[in-house]
Amino acid sequence: MNAATATTRRTKERKRGSDQKQGAIEPVLRVRNLEVTYFTDAGRARALDDVTFSLRPGEKLGIVGESGSGKSTLALAMMRMIKPPGRIEGGEVFVGGTDLMALGDRAMREARLGKISYIPQGAMNSLNPVMRIGAQMEDAVRAHMPDEKKPQIVERCMAALKSVDLARSAFRMFPHELSGGMKQRVCIAIGILLQPQVIIADEPTSALDVVTQRQVMETIDRVQKQINAAVILIGHDMGLMAQFVDKVAVMYAGRLVEVATVRDMFTGPRHPYAKALISCLPNLDNKGVFQGIPGLAPSLLRLPAGCTFHPRCAEVMDRCRVKRPDAETLSDDRVVTCHLYSGNTKK
Amino acid sequence: MAKVPPPSFSGSTRTSGEHSFMTLKLIARRIGFLFMVIWAASTIIFFVPRLSPVNPVRERFSEIARLSGFAPEDLEKIIESFSKQFGLDRPLWEQYIDYLWNIMRFDFGFSLNRYPSTVIELIAQSLPWTIGLLVVTTILSFVIGNLLGAIAAWPRAPRWARNFSTPFVLFMGVPPVLMGVLLLFFVGFRLKLLPLGGAYSIGVVPNWSWEFALDLLRHQILPALALILGSVGGWVLTMRGMGITIQGEDYVNFAEHKGLNGVTIFRDYYLRNALLPQMTGLALALGTVVTSAIIVEGLFALPGVGTVLINAIRANDFPVIYGIVIFITIAIAAIMTLMEFLYPLLDPRIKNE
Repeated sequence: MNAATATTRRTKERKRGSDQKQGAIEPVLRVRNLEVTYFTDAGRARALDDVTFSLRPGEKLGIVGESGSGKSTLALAMMRMIKPPGRIEGGEVFVGGTDLMALGDRAMREARLGKISYIPQGAMNSLNPVMRIGAQMEDAVRAHMPDEKKPQIVERCMAALKSVDLARSAFRMFPHELSGGMKQRVCIAIGILLQPQVIIADEPTSALDVVTQRQVMETIDRVQKQINAAVILIGHDMGLMAQFVDKVAVMYAGRLVEVATVRDMFTGPRHPYAKALISCLPNLDNKGVFQGIPGLAPSLLRLPAGCTFHPRCAEVMDRCRVKRPDAETLSDDRVVTCHLYSGNTKK
Repeated sequence: MAKVPPPSFSGSTRTSGEHSFMTLKLIARRIGFLFMVIWAASTIIFFVPRLSPVNPVRERFSEIARLSGFAPEDLEKIIESFSKQFGLDRPLWEQYIDYLWNIMRFDFGFSLNRYPSTVIELIAQSLPWTIGLLVVTTILSFVIGNLLGAIAAWPRAPRWARNFSTPFVLFMGVPPVLMGVLLLFFVGFRLKLLPLGGAYSIGVVPNWSWEFALDLLRHQILPALALILGSVGGWVLTMRGMGITIQGEDYVNFAEHKGLNGVTIFRDYYLRNALLPQMTGLALALGTVVTSAIIVEGLFALPGVGTVLINAIRANDFPVIYGIVIFITIAIAAIMTLMEFLYPLLDPRIKNE
């Protein structure tokens, strides 16, 4: 715990020294050097490599990246839900003052939903088809508050349903009686039952039509404001991200290559991969021209030496082929992992 | 941000009066269907044996005549009188109408072989033995097999628990007869731990005492083991297959994300869903109870329906064969109808429409 307190102090000092706007607010989530490896028959696949970021209460972070870049692995690793053959190899995930990685199984079970909750892509079948919505909410509350009386539990569930705009009658219904959007809202209601400090939403709007997508996103936005939770939104819809989040993190081959505020990311991305991603977005000025990033995402089993992006990079330099870039903190809200910016870390 | 109007639920709720009316209509239809099945089965049972040239009365008295020497003209007279008594001399359609009327009253007539006894008496005497042994073992092996199968597919179960079911899968290949013989030989004959056969010890008068209950139980253990050891494996395999599918479902994962403990997830999210298709299997297995009864009751000399049926077949005792077969048909049809009513309770997605 000594190292942890030391880290806390360091962060505190840095925050205090720089940021005027939000400097007083402590981050509620701090992920440091998180590493996950999948031990497959074909070899070791490093799915998360040295992932470090932090979030303040009420802040919304969007994580984008190609399929297989590690977005969902990051979400699962934070919940400590990585299943064999995957393993969390190291790192810390502090929520409030607790390092989730150091908790025992029982304490971790209590932390899930209690401190950090996960909203799945629930439109399809994240709800048990043979249990009523109410029963699936009640068992979650009871698992965390064994002494709570039934009427209080029901009241808590009803309040959660209300805050996601679902009628009380949904409590008595079965999942198949609800539409996809409603089921997704039930998942959100479950996620906020215990007012966690951090909410991770893993592609909450995929498989929903755009109107429902908007309703679901607005619901998440509203409830997270109510409980002032930090939200991590995982997805690949850049448009949706732009409207919803405060900060965007771009992942590539298990690393966060750039973290920046939405405005900075969309107007002036720094990392060549982020630049390429942003320029892929459709634009009315050059309609009809499909922009892409040349090459394919690398296999995690055979990552290129040096910077993993160098074979596809437009601004590749000699040292990119041999030396792995470190994360450079350019400003408080901006971290880039690229040799172009080496040594630019703000002191 | 624009205010989202709360979603309405008008489409999916039904008034309760309408609902109960639907249910009544449904029950009536299901029960009507049950009677159709029984009628169709009894009609087939009535006509098929009559296609055979064997006259059961003649068969029986020819045999008696061969053994004890009647004069042939007396034999014809006796056959005539018995045919009249059993109504076999009347036209087929009259017999058929009579037969259906009798089935409705559960009156299957007299046994030819054990004449003064009626068929329903024989069934009533033997049925408790069969239900006691076969139904209990079927349900026991269902419970044991499905639990072991579910554990075998549960990744968080300890390794020894997951492999616990393997020997049962092996026993599946051993027919219950052979299993019974092996048990009789080793446990009953060599080790003398348990009795070799019969429903209770010879010389004991059935009564309501603990000693008698214990004696009864000791006689049922070997036949029960012979049936259970062989049938658990089937449940293990089918349940394990279901379990592997269910444990990968999103709702099982989400249950873990909710911070539920392992037991709750196993019971409410995993087992509950994996069991649904197995219930159909249970209904089918209960239907075939009498088939396995014939073999095991014969081997262990138990006075159940299987033994009665085998004796009836050996003696060409048609009324008893009819009676038992019709009784089984009614039982299976009734179990299936019951299952249809139970399904919507087990799986809310299935609605009786």
